[in-house]
Order: sequence, then C-alpha cells, then structure tokens
Amino acid sequence: MKFVAVSSCPTGIAHTYMAAEALEQAGRAAGHDVQVETQGSAGTVPLDPAVVAAADGVIYAADLEVRDKGRFAGKPFVDVGVKKAVHDAPGVLAQAVAAVEAAQASGAPAAGATPAPVAAAPARQVGVGSRIRQYLMTGVSYMIPFVAAGGILIALGFMLASVAWDENGAIEVTAVDRTVLWTAFEWGNLQHWAVLLFQIGATAFGFLVPALSAYIAYAIADRPGLVPGFVGGTLAGLVGAGFLGGIVTGFLAGFLALWLATRKVPKGVRGVMPVVVIPLVATLVTGALTILVVGPPMKAINDGLSSWLGGLGTTALVPLGIVLGLMMCFDLGGPLNKVAYVFATTGLANATSSASTEARIMAAVMAAGMVPPLAVALATTLRPKLWTESERESGKSAYLLGLSFISEGAIPFAAADPLRLIPSFMVGGAVTGGLTMAFGSGVLAPHGGFWVTPLISSPLLFLLALLVGTAVSTVAIVVVKSLGHGKDPEAADVGAEPLVAAR
Amino acid sequence: MSTPLITADLVAVDLVAADRDEATRLLVDKLAAAGRVTDAAGFLADVRAREAQMPTGMPGGVGLPHARSEHVTVPSLAVGKLSRGVDWGAPDGPAQLVFLIAAPAAGDEAHLKILAALARRLVHASFRTSLLEAPDAATVADIVTREVVVP
Repeated sequence: MKFVAVSSCPTGIAHTYMAAEALEQAGRAAGHDVQVETQGSAGTVPLDPAVVAAADGVIYAADLEVRDKGRFAGKPFVDVGVKKAVHDAPGVLAQAVAAVEAAQASGAPAAGATPAPVAAAPARQVGVGSRIRQYLMTGVSYMIPFVAAGGILIALGFMLASVAWDENGAIEVTAVDRTVLWTAFEWGNLQHWAVLLFQIGATAFGFLVPALSAYIAYAIADRPGLVPGFVGGTLAGLVGAGFLGGIVTGFLAGFLALWLATRKVPKGVRGVMPVVVIPLVATLVTGALTILVVGPPMKAINDGLSSWLGGLGTTALVPLGIVLGLMMCFDLGGPLNKVAYVFATTGLANATSSASTEARIMAAVMAAGMVPPLAVALATTLRPKLWTESERESGKSAYLLGLSFISEGAIPFAAADPLRLIPSFMVGGAVTGGLTMAFGSGVLAPHGGFWVTPLISSPLLFLLALLVGTAVSTVAIVVVKSLGHGKDPEAADVGAEPLVAAR
Repeated sequence: MSTPLITADLVAVDLVAADRDEATRLLVDKLAAAGRVTDAAGFLADVRAREAQMPTGMPGGVGLPHARSEHVTVPSLAVGKLSRGVDWGAPDGPAQLVFLIAAPAAGDEAHLKILAALARRLVHASFRTSLLEAPDAATVADIVTREVVVP
C-alpha cells in the first residue's frame, strides 16, 4: 500500500525527524511505500500532490496542528501522535494498513473491480468511484456513533417504560411532555427516567442525517463543507428526504464548498473565504436547493403514494402487507418509509381492537420495519468476515435497535453499500409484511417493537413472520455481499495486489 | 559546515549521574565549556522545559534531551554514556546513552538540516550500538561526523 504521513513535534528538531525515519523504515520492512512530510523547524517540503492523490491512507504522527490537512480529506487515516511513531512505527503502520482495509472493505460496491488498483497506481488520480466511496464512508463513520448512542438510549427508554408503566409503556413514554424533565423531575419516578432516556436518545437521533450529510461534505471540502453539510442534512430531514436525501445534500454541500474554495479571489477577500464566504454561499445554495428542488418532489411522492395506498383498499391484505414491507425497508426513515408508517399510524385512529384491519396494517408495518436492523445484525454475527470491525460493532447494537423497531439501526450499512443492502432488506420486509397480514396479527401501538409484544394479537405468529423475513433478508445480504467480494475483504485486497505490482 | 556537530570534548564516556536532570546538567556544562552555549543555566532551563512537556526517553535505553535556545551559538551534540542508567521516561527502562541536542534559536536552514539528519540517524539501532560500543570519546565523535550527513 501507499501511505503519506505528516510528522511534527513541539520543538521541531528531534521527534519530527525520528518519527519520519522510523515510519519510512517500517514501511520498507513491511513492503509499503511511506512518504513523510516533516513539518519541523528545518522547513517543510510539502508532499507532491500526485503522491498524496495516489496514497491509500494517511498517518498523522503530529503533535502540532497538521498544516493543510484538507489535502488528505476523505482518505482513511490513523492519528497517533509523534511519540507513538518513534517508539512503535511498525505498530502504527499496521494500524494504518488496518484502517485502509476497513475502508476498502466497507465501501463494498465495485471494491473488487476497478477502484482499488486505480487508487494504488502511482502518479494518477484516484478513481472517481473510490473517491465517492471514501466521501460516503467518512460520512457514515461519523454518523454511526449517533445511531448507536441514540438508538440504544431510545431502546433503553422503551424497556424501562414497559416496567414503569404497564404493557403500554413504550407508547406512554413518547406521549409525555418533555418539559416535565426540567420543570418537575422526580428522582424516584421510573416513568420520568424512561422519558429522560427516550428524549436524550431521540435528540441524538435527530443528528443522524445532519451528521451524515455534514461529514460527507467535510470529506470533500474539509472544514468549509461542515456548515452547508449540516444545514443541508437538517433540511433534508425537514422536507422528508431521509438519509438518501442527506447523502445528496452532503455531496452537494461538499462539492459546492470545494468549488468555491478553488475560485480565484482578490487578496483582500482570501482571508475571509473559509470562515465567511464559502460557508455563507454554500449554505445558502445548498439550503435553497434542498428546500426548493428536493422538497417538492418529496411532497409529491408523499401525497401520491399516500393516496395510492389509500386507494388500494383493504380487501387484498397480503399484497398490501408486501407493498408496505417493501416501502418500510427501502429508505429506512426516508419518504417511502414515512408514507407507509404514517399510513399505518393514522389508520390506528379508526381501529377499535387489535383485530381491526387498521391494527393488522400497523403490525405488518412494524414487523417489516424491524427486519433491516435485525438482518444486518444477524449477518454480521453469522459472517463476520464480510464486515469491517466497526460494522461488526454496529451489528451488535443493531440487534437492540431492531427489536425496538428502530429501522434506522440499519442505515450505516445501507448508506455504505446501498445497491446491495437495500434490495436485500426489501425482500425480507416484503416477506414479513405479507406473512404478518396472512397470520392476522394486529397491534394498536405505533411503535415499541418487541417491547409491545404483549399488545400484539397472535404474538407468536407475529414473531414467526418477523423471523422468516429476517432470515430471508440475512441470506440475501450474505449472498450479495459475498458475490462481488470474493471470500472476504482481506482476500479481495490480496487479490488486488498483483494487479498493482504489474503496472 | 565549519564547526563540526560534535568533537571529542563533547563526549563523556563514563558519565555518572543520579538522575536525568544531573546527566543533562553535566552535558550542558560540556557544551558551555566548549563555548557552544553562552549561558549554561539558561540553556538548561530550556531543555528542562522541553522535558517537562514530554520526557524524551526512547526505546533501547536512549535519552534525547534537546532544545532550541537563544543561548546556543552553533548546532551541537553532546553524548554521554552511563554505566548505570538513569530513568528518562521511556517505557522499557533507564537510558544508558544520552544525546543532548542543542539548536540555536535563530538557526539557519543548513544548521537545522544537520540536526534533522542526526535525529533520523538516531532511529537506527546500528548507529546507536556503534556509539555505545565505541571505546573512547574520539571514536564517538568520528562516528557521528561520518554518519550524520545532510542528504
């Protein structure tokens, strides 16, 4: 592999150069190309941009702020500090190799095909496909902690609520006015604690799409991309475009900021470009486009699908369940998912018992929405080699999120590899949606997942439908993940090596 | 370079010191005696300040105190070999080989490049071993002069 590194230290006469030498040595020993920019007192010779472009990963062995960090944006990196590089350069290099492999493995589409060799080819621009993937992966990696922290807190809130209230807890907890938390919090009141957990979790969840969008833009344009990315992502959520909308706004904001940053401007303006002009203009344009261009079709899709769903009637329940299942699993909180979910919850108003058609629709929607996170969780457990370390970790929390009917738990996986995972989710969702209808389970709770099973009629059949769809989806995921990938991510990387050497 | 980085009188082959601070002070005194440091106390304070940020102990029993200081006239290296090592904050044990690097505050680029080259050589175990095994001060100075060259 090819690495670029930056070393620096407080004095700039010893560790900076020792780290550089140690990293270059470790690189030679391990068969990797390592080029170090020493940002020390003897003057900095910047790395050749072609070398930076060709690098697979970046090593920061710097105790000072790295100069012009934007050059390396979007590449997998390790940040170890200068002392670690001096003391254990081979270890640092191994870490960097692992970071690159993780990034390559999780950016699965086309990993086996062109990008890897192109990225490694010397003096050539990194392939467009692999750059796009790096941007996307940066966004996803920053989003994952929000999903995990928010999702788990919400799930814990539901669990505590089902103790604090009765079996209705998961519904009650969302209905409590949160101002009670800072106006009348009772320390001994379990219900209040459940509301506290739920509200904090929901707040963390609110950052999910904005963070995805912001850090995609950050990967593209460095810091100037953050503001338009955050604002675009938040607006994408507002107009109901979901995480797919957030990906769009992220790229939009990033490339806009990058384009603005490369404009030639008079000297006087140059200083205020990154802090004022670029964020201002990029945010205005990204925001306006999101509201005016992305928004209306979302509204149209919403209205169109809603009336179409309403017109389907409730005579053919199994096909309806299949359709709802497909919609729930397509965009995990995006427009289609919303339409299906809102269709089900608004219907609940007319439901009289858990045997009502409306309750059965709700059950189908809930079961299908639980499939994606459970299926990825299962897939990471059964075939750990297909996933990166961080995906395996997210997989664990996805179990809890899936059981809690938090479909968003699958977003990190879907965002990283949408073309393969979304169809896999949809197949499973369709099966579960259809089966739930066929089995006749119904539920009056709009959310709660596994934690409201006592409220579900024929709960065992409900769980069976969930289980079958999850199994189908898991198999689909494992199959499509294995197809384009060779046996596992590591094997795919090894496969790419000879190609590089042959050039 | 007119003035070599190191001469035999900047090498202490049998340094005896109770701790890191004393070892540093003895080496600073050598630099001062050679006229390379104008104010021994001032330079020592600069080195201490750097050590306080983060101890400069390296794996392999090496201590690497250093500073850029206005009290330094020419880039210099003083080497001390301790038969009884002193703790230099390295994870793997006390330092038996101490390199004190003195850099002038207003060093021109040529000055600083030679120090950068020295730092790079210090990473190589073979370089450190040859210094540790050198029988006398002159050999140590010779090895450094021969091996540390600006590429």
